[in-house]
Amino acid sequence: MTIDPDMAEIAKVFFQESREGLDVMESGLLSLGATADGESINTIFRAAHSIKGGSATFGFGEVAAFTHGVETLLDEMRNGVRPVTAEAIQTLLQSCDCLREMIAATEAEQPLDQDRIATLNGDLKNILGERPHDAPVPVPTAAASIEAAANTEAAGWRIAFAPVADLLRLRNEPTRMFAELRRLGAFVARADVSRIPPLDALDPESCYLSWDIEITGQIPRPKLDEVFDWVDSGCRLEISSIGNSAAVESEQAGPPPEAQPGATQAAPPSQVERAPPASAPVQKASGDSGSIRVATEKLDNIINLVGELLITQSMLSGFADGIDPNELDRLRQGLSQLARNTRELQESVMQIRMLPISFAFNRFPRIVHDLSRKLSKKVELKLTGEGTELDKTVLEKISDPLVHLVRNALDHGLETPEQRTAAGKPETGTIELGAFHEGGNIIIEVRDDGAGLNKAKILRKARERGLVPMDQDLTDEQIDNLIFMPGFSTADQISDVSGRGVGMDVVRRNINDLGGHVQISSKEGRGSTIRIRLPLTLAILDGQLVRVGKEVYIISLLAIVETIQVERERVNTLAGRTEVFRLREEYLPVVKLCDQFGVEPDSRSAEDGLLVVVEADGKRVGVLVDDLLAQQQVVIKSLESNFKSVSGIAGATILGDGTVALIIDVPDLIRSAAKSGSGAVAAHAA
Amino acid sequence: MNTAKAAASADKSVNDTSEQYLTFMLAGEEYGVDILRVQEIKGWDKVTRIPHTADYVLGVINLRGAVVPILDLRRRFGLETIDFGPTTVVIVVRVGGGRDERTVGMVVDAVSEVYNVDAADTKPPPDVCGSVDTVFVKALATIEEKMLILLDIDRLIGNSIADELVAGAAAA
Repeated sequence: MTIDPDMAEIAKVFFQESREGLDVMESGLLSLGATADGESINTIFRAAHSIKGGSATFGFGEVAAFTHGVETLLDEMRNGVRPVTAEAIQTLLQSCDCLREMIAATEAEQPLDQDRIATLNGDLKNILGERPHDAPVPVPTAAASIEAAANTEAAGWRIAFAPVADLLRLRNEPTRMFAELRRLGAFVARADVSRIPPLDALDPESCYLSWDIEITGQIPRPKLDEVFDWVDSGCRLEISSIGNSAAVESEQAGPPPEAQPGATQAAPPSQVERAPPASAPVQKASGDSGSIRVATEKLDNIINLVGELLITQSMLSGFADGIDPNELDRLRQGLSQLARNTRELQESVMQIRMLPISFAFNRFPRIVHDLSRKLSKKVELKLTGEGTELDKTVLEKISDPLVHLVRNALDHGLETPEQRTAAGKPETGTIELGAFHEGGNIIIEVRDDGAGLNKAKILRKARERGLVPMDQDLTDEQIDNLIFMPGFSTADQISDVSGRGVGMDVVRRNINDLGGHVQISSKEGRGSTIRIRLPLTLAILDGQLVRVGKEVYIISLLAIVETIQVERERVNTLAGRTEVFRLREEYLPVVKLCDQFGVEPDSRSAEDGLLVVVEADGKRVGVLVDDLLAQQQVVIKSLESNFKSVSGIAGATILGDGTVALIIDVPDLIRSAAKSGSGAVAAHAA
Repeated sequence: MNTAKAAASADKSVNDTSEQYLTFMLAGEEYGVDILRVQEIKGWDKVTRIPHTADYVLGVINLRGAVVPILDLRRRFGLETIDFGPTTVVIVVRVGGGRDERTVGMVVDAVSEVYNVDAADTKPPPDVCGSVDTVFVKALATIEEKMLILLDIDRLIGNSIADELVAGAAAA
């Protein structure tokens, strides 16, 4: 069905809620595997029930019918009639997937995957068909009852509609209902104006009218219900078919529509006894309480404003140094209070964007469950630090790389139960996914107790592919981190789970794009640990201000390893052009910002300036600047919004004096340095 | 801006075909931009240079929290450059629409007038039109015996930034 534009907004909420409901069902089902208590089945049931009710309300009959099958099975499990078997859980999980697709297809107004629905419906029926010995009378499947309802048609309907006075204030609009009715068929409406008070007592926002409507045509009853779905609370609504006066159904002061069992909406008027509505206490699926939905755009707006406030405040502080000394103290006091307030305001606004990492972690029980079945491995997944919060954007972008890492750990890391027993390890492997804060960063660790990386094999492959020169010796850590090189895979066999050799490099690139680092450490036979370090937010950056000539640039503190004064004897020239600097055992290429950005510096020779050693993608270079200025938190502004992206520049910010300073894109700078360098010394691998 | 809009719409009720243009001077020629695109006019101030950009991109400024690029129209049109003087101003315009809307500043020699230009008084540009590439010229208009060059600001700024992409890529 096509959705009325006015309804589309509400339907959107339904789609969102359904997805959340499905997540609840899925996590519930996965925890059922271990313990089958009544309350967790209840939670799953309620989620399914809400989806069914909602989809019926919006006229998504197929979704409602399918959910009904799921619900029936859950109901029997809840009542203890049906045992909770692994097979049933598997079917229910697949049904969740199928429902997710159905909802997505419905939202996109695309056709549903009928084959899959039919197959799963068959599976559900099969499970339901295996009646236990003391089975009660079979519950009719919704597919049947809804079809029955849809087929019940009459020559016409008589509708008596007497809304409450609050109708308009409740944001319902009778004209919209009439417009909807007109789409169904021709009708005659008589308005009862007897309740309209004299003009001086008339409240323009109240509804005093009631209507008597006769509509003709072969209209299915659910279509009529749909029209009046949103007004039933407190209104008198009687719908009777013309020529069938016996069946009168009235709905008075009904519960709010979303809480109504779908069966009610689908009930045909002639049906004397209604299908017994599921006896579940009607409750909203318990989600995170006290949360609101806010468009990210609005939040970003506030964040920008707060950023500006911060700028104004630091501008005022700058002024304070040059005015009347008598007034100065009070002004200083006021300013320091303003500084404190803005800082606090900024922190709390930034908090709004922060979400617990459980949003990303919640997918993993399911992924691990499915994969371990497919690979016939026994795995226990441990999640820690799910409450650790990070920025929504970072969270969204880290999900896929994490999935990749966990899959890899399961596929390549963990051994089969037989191999594990042979190695004297417990049959069940462990994958640990943990998150915690560490000094303004968030650390995510993926740890497995599997076979670990085969260092000899990795080194051999890397040499075969020319990624590492034959004569170069690498430390264990360096060898492990080779797996992040592009085009590297040690898997002998390519499975459909992982091992195509695209992946780890993509994972690293994604993480670097977020301004983070990834590292792996592993012990052969004991397992591997992958450690991801990410900034908490993308909107604010801890920056080091550096000066080159008259220009000020900002380098992210996260990228800076150290800053050193340059001694002449440690700078060497390669091929007469490229300068390298010896830092302990490494030779670092020297990148002169003045040349990169075409700025006139104080001095071109390295020993007059300072060398800021920066690292990205596991490579280090020394960036030559004239001077180091302050360290401060800066609000990142995009250059693209009014201009375009510029190579070597990650963005811009506004300093306390109101001028714009550019933020250096360290990974990009290192890449272009490697390109423009002689090639003999590409940036040294760390 | 709002008053400009109001004035323009009031004017429209009188004469449907007339539009208001803000005119400015550039090397002795008078150019006009649709006044509804003009956000504000401000004095010339120091900019922050951006590396790897064409010479007509002078840099970016902070416009109440937004980072706004500043283009030098003389350089853009390949005219001789002059030192910025007291009449030098930056006309801040809004180009594109929807998600692509950009705020960009243009440095010009001086602002001149606001004219009501009737569509009947405009002529399509000839193939050769002063120093300016004719694709950026919407029309020529004659007002008080003077010639106005009405600019297609969307195309001018859009192309400038798109060319920039090419120039930037070549530089990188």
